[in-house]
Amino acid sequence: MLTKRIIPCLDVKDNRVVKGVNFLNLREAGDPVELGKRYSDEGADELVFLDITATIRSKRTIVDMVQRVAHKVFIPFTVGGGIRTADEIDVLLRAGADKCSINTAAVENPDVLAESAERFGSQCVVLAIDARRRTDGAGWIVTVKAGSEPTDMDAVRWAERAERLGAGEILLTSMDADGTQAGYDIELTRAVAEAVSIPVIASGGAGTLESLAEVLEKGKADAVLAASIFHYGTYSIRQTKEYLAARGLPIRPFVPVGPAAGN
Amino acid sequence: MIVVVDYNVGNVQSVRNALDYLGIEDALSADPAVLLGADGIILPGVAAFGFAMRQLGDLGRVVREAALGGTPLLGICVGHQLLFERSDELGEHAGLGLVAGRIVPIPRQAGLSIPHMGWNAVQPDGPMDLFEGLGPQEHFYFAHSFYAEVTDPEARVAWVDYGGRRVASVQKGNIYGVQFHPEKSAPVGLHVLRNFEALCRRRPHVAG
Repeated sequence: MLTKRIIPCLDVKDNRVVKGVNFLNLREAGDPVELGKRYSDEGADELVFLDITATIRSKRTIVDMVQRVAHKVFIPFTVGGGIRTADEIDVLLRAGADKCSINTAAVENPDVLAESAERFGSQCVVLAIDARRRTDGAGWIVTVKAGSEPTDMDAVRWAERAERLGAGEILLTSMDADGTQAGYDIELTRAVAEAVSIPVIASGGAGTLESLAEVLEKGKADAVLAASIFHYGTYSIRQTKEYLAARGLPIRPFVPVGPAAGN
Repeated sequence: MIVVVDYNVGNVQSVRNALDYLGIEDALSADPAVLLGADGIILPGVAAFGFAMRQLGDLGRVVREAALGGTPLLGICVGHQLLFERSDELGEHAGLGLVAGRIVPIPRQAGLSIPHMGWNAVQPDGPMDLFEGLGPQEHFYFAHSFYAEVTDPEARVAWVDYGGRRVASVQKGNIYGVQFHPEKSAPVGLHVLRNFEALCRRRPHVAG
């Protein structure tokens, strides 16, 4: 049975992971490579690296980071933040990323999804949607530029359209819940998950382990993304997976690193 | 020396990174002489089937010749699919025809996400070289929308359950394929690559 994925998200700025990082026993606690490896060893199913500065200069740094991560981390990882063109995706995939997430650029030019899917396959193309609940009625609108600008697009319709264009996965963030640790937006996640047949990663609001279980069960998400609860050490990946497995969710069991690694 | 086929598709580098990490000597090459002299060949691939076959071009014949001559061959993801006779992905395309069977889409069902993306348990149908030393239900990382329907009576398969029993891996003599990504499947995936390298080393060395 396909298992539900647990995905730590690492926000990267100037080659360092920002947001609290609570692994005191790491020599380089803020090093994306070290932290990524640590999460992978702990049983993370996948990683997301988000370039939160997304300037021309940071893009070069990210390519270098991707190369270093790919040499040490042997689970899939997605890179996002400011990606605008299929050519940029090409560079990141060649550097070793497995998938790239596109957000604002896809809203401005949806064809970038189709072009990327055609060139690299849908499985490499993640559409990131930053959704905000409408204040004037039911539903959610798509926001861009890290949630700072609302559009007139409906989040669920946008997800459906992105699937038709060739996106292979939706990384769905509730901007209302993001940073609150008050739980995911279950309704939003479920509305999108029921509207598309590609996998949906729930993001924004991760708090208690119960909240992770809920968005997987009621929200019908294929995967959960979380940052603070892992970075601050509120829960370990292993503890999270044991909890979810005990709830009856299909979870990849923890496999200790050792037998096949190294020389 | 294990040679990774260089044909400009998908993320060949990830496979090489995993081999490097394991301390396995490898080379990336599109040179027929190098491929024919290899102890083992890995055919990676992340792309559409037809595109991958076109990119492979004349090297397809070389890979086929090496495999039929006894060189262990491991196809990964689309590389695994290329081992078969044909595919229905975006039109009909001929494959390498090393294993009898056809690449078909995962049937759509309510509640089943396509692509099949994530970690799923793989169950070998009896002992298989690549899974030696692993448990009977290890999890591997998958990312695909098509799979192989194997009709070859000489082939052994490993299964994955996704809306029904699907082929996750195939073995026919010295020819191996995995639909999942061993290079992205943490320690168990690296174990599979290590098993492949071990069987390449066990093979009686052919002079020349």
